[in-house]
Amino acid sequence: MAVVFEKPHSLCDVSMHYCPGCTHGIVHRLICEVIDEMGIEGDTIGICPVGCSVMAYDYFNCDMIEAPHGRAPAVATGVKRALPDKYVFTYQGDGDLAAIGTCETVHSATRGENIVIIFINNTIYGMTGGQMAPTTLPGQVTQTTPFGRDTSVAGFPIRVCEMLSTLDGVALAQRVSVDSVPNIKTAKKAIRKAFENQKEKRGFSIVEVLSTCPTNWGLDPIEALERLRKDMIPYFPLGVYKDITAKEDK
Amino acid sequence: MNHEILLAGFGGQGILFAGKVLAYCGLIDNRELSWLPSYGPEMRGGTANCSVCISDEPIGCPQVIDPDLLMVMNGPSYDKFIGNVKPGGKAFIDSTLVEQKCERSDIECFYVPASQLAIDNGLEGSANIILIGKMIKESGIFEEQTVRKALEKIIPPKRAHLIEPNMKAVKIGMDF
Amino acid sequence: MERNLMKGNEALAEAAIRAGCKCFFGYPITPQTELSAYMAKRMAKAGGVFLQAESEVAAINMVLGAASAGVRAMTSSSSPGISLKSEGISYIAASDLPCVIINVQRGGPGLGGIQPSQADYLQATKGLGHGDFQVLVYAPSSVQEMINLLTKAFDMADEFRMPAMILADGLLGQMMEPVEFPEAKTHQIPKPWATNGTGMKRKHNIINSLYLTPEELEKTVLDRYKRYEVLENEHTEAETYLTEDAEILVAAYGATARVAKSAVIKAREAGVKAGLIRPITLWPFPKKEIVKASENAKHILVTEMNMGQMVDDVKLAVECRVPVSFFGRTGGMVPKPSEILDKILELGGAE
Repeated sequence: MAVVFEKPHSLCDVSMHYCPGCTHGIVHRLICEVIDEMGIEGDTIGICPVGCSVMAYDYFNCDMIEAPHGRAPAVATGVKRALPDKYVFTYQGDGDLAAIGTCETVHSATRGENIVIIFINNTIYGMTGGQMAPTTLPGQVTQTTPFGRDTSVAGFPIRVCEMLSTLDGVALAQRVSVDSVPNIKTAKKAIRKAFENQKEKRGFSIVEVLSTCPTNWGLDPIEALERLRKDMIPYFPLGVYKDITAKEDK
Repeated sequence: MNHEILLAGFGGQGILFAGKVLAYCGLIDNRELSWLPSYGPEMRGGTANCSVCISDEPIGCPQVIDPDLLMVMNGPSYDKFIGNVKPGGKAFIDSTLVEQKCERSDIECFYVPASQLAIDNGLEGSANIILIGKMIKESGIFEEQTVRKALEKIIPPKRAHLIEPNMKAVKIGMDF
Repeated sequence: MERNLMKGNEALAEAAIRAGCKCFFGYPITPQTELSAYMAKRMAKAGGVFLQAESEVAAINMVLGAASAGVRAMTSSSSPGISLKSEGISYIAASDLPCVIINVQRGGPGLGGIQPSQADYLQATKGLGHGDFQVLVYAPSSVQEMINLLTKAFDMADEFRMPAMILADGLLGQMMEPVEFPEAKTHQIPKPWATNGTGMKRKHNIINSLYLTPEELEKTVLDRYKRYEVLENEHTEAETYLTEDAEILVAAYGATARVAKSAVIKAREAGVKAGLIRPITLWPFPKKEIVKASENAKHILVTEMNMGQMVDDVKLAVECRVPVSFFGRTGGMVPKPSEILDKILELGGAE
């Protein structure tokens, strides 16, 4: 019987701990497809810090490091500087990347650290049970904004790609979504481009993936995807915020 | 012979450099030695001081509290340290900048108008080395040639032209 | 071998390069800054990496990354910066990664001052981060010893897969002394656990400190404590000076031990049988060395640049068999030999 659809080799054959309807699984798969297609599994080191992705070291077949909360870009810097010819990526959530790890994120970006960051934006702290994240939308109800995020108290969400795109060290800053087949295809292209950038030593690449968290949003998977489209995309528009190869193409 | 030397003045007068010259002299003479600077805000123009120990035994405490050789290049340092000089010790004082005169009879004071001598000889900024010249002469701690070797070690090759002016300053101090 | 004059901070940097340190990550803080500056100048030429990190936190996590990659990595700081690094140090210890951390201590707490201090003794030996773990702590007392212990710290860190700290202070960091660099005797061992790419030739390596099953986490801690036991039994170090007949035993480490030694010499001249024990490893603590050195002691005087942080360790080592007193200065004050001498003479019953 002909095999028409396979699990990527770089994705471990284990059951994941992610909740039903969570889009982490899709993003993991996209990364692994890219790693397989580029033939770089043996040369890749992945770094997952604290958050829902904390146990992702069991899901990727390449060498993996579990970093302290928010510190993945610093750990990645250490690995990449020690092993400049290897591929290094981090996989971080919004609380990790844009709250406790903002400093590491911004500085690895401005140094043009030749790494890939996959940034999962689901507007909430998932692992700890649904608290306000730096990307939580105005009015969004979470455990720590029980009456909805009041921007006069809790401030405004951070648009990470827009912010990082102002830095000279950034090669690629792109926001994608995994809510539909066309968007998933775009997301994979973006991830591929990020790894290609690393191969060509172009500098820092970040792919922000708008994701769902049905459990902590209190929605079923379908409703969650609808919320992503209806509420998140308008606030966090999809698109390429910086791509230094775009200039080269012209 | 063991020496505990304290050098003190304003930041920018070359106090630490003068201490370094003595430390390298010790190195060249194969003595045990330590060099300890005051550090921190001092280097931005406040007071600076530097402890140098030269000995035939391993150095214990590198911080010189009661020196047997004191070099001072400003009034506040003179006031602070002159009373600490060990009986029988020697003090080398830049009398251009220090107006005070010592009344202690148990130490020997040498008043050298080092800053003025430096200006008169076109050696601005070398008052510290003039005082070092006087110190080695009066204490016998190092030979003139040792100072030259020390300067050759401290001053990087691209600034080698600075060695002769420094030696000239040493000589002025020795001859004063 | 040629004798050279070097500042303690610079000697540590040069020794690290000679010990095969490939990555240094630092952040400016007085009084250790010369170390970073030296690394900035030399590391690239030596084929290594120098990077000024955006924070102390980032620096220690860069060390975590480089150590995971299997290379020798180091960071340095001074007291307030070490507090910031404690998160990363805990993770490094929990991930069984080797690295070297330098603390050129200054007065605390808080921003404190910038003058020499030993007030991070308890932090270094008992609580350098959350959780059950230890780091190797070496306390040099001369610039030459900084060189020797740094090389050793890298070797021991690799062998026991744990962080090692050089606990220095501003006085040692800033002073210059003649030094010699012995021919590199450093011993690098293979690191099959490193996350440096599987090359598709082995199962993936995982560097991790997360164990959600308590039984599993307990086991990793117990395994680590077995290694600690070996260190406590076999790798303690101390120097003794005139301890055979010492009735007053002074216990001091680091820069304070130099001052104490001067005081001991003067006490002997004054007819008091004083001796000095200088712990070189602060963890593991040289208990048996202290017991031996205190065989004839009527009194032990601990002296430090803090409020007496080593006193309990000494009391426990001698099981309170010998009375233990303390004299110290803190906040950046360096004790004078005469102050320690007075205390020795007082304890020795001299007039």
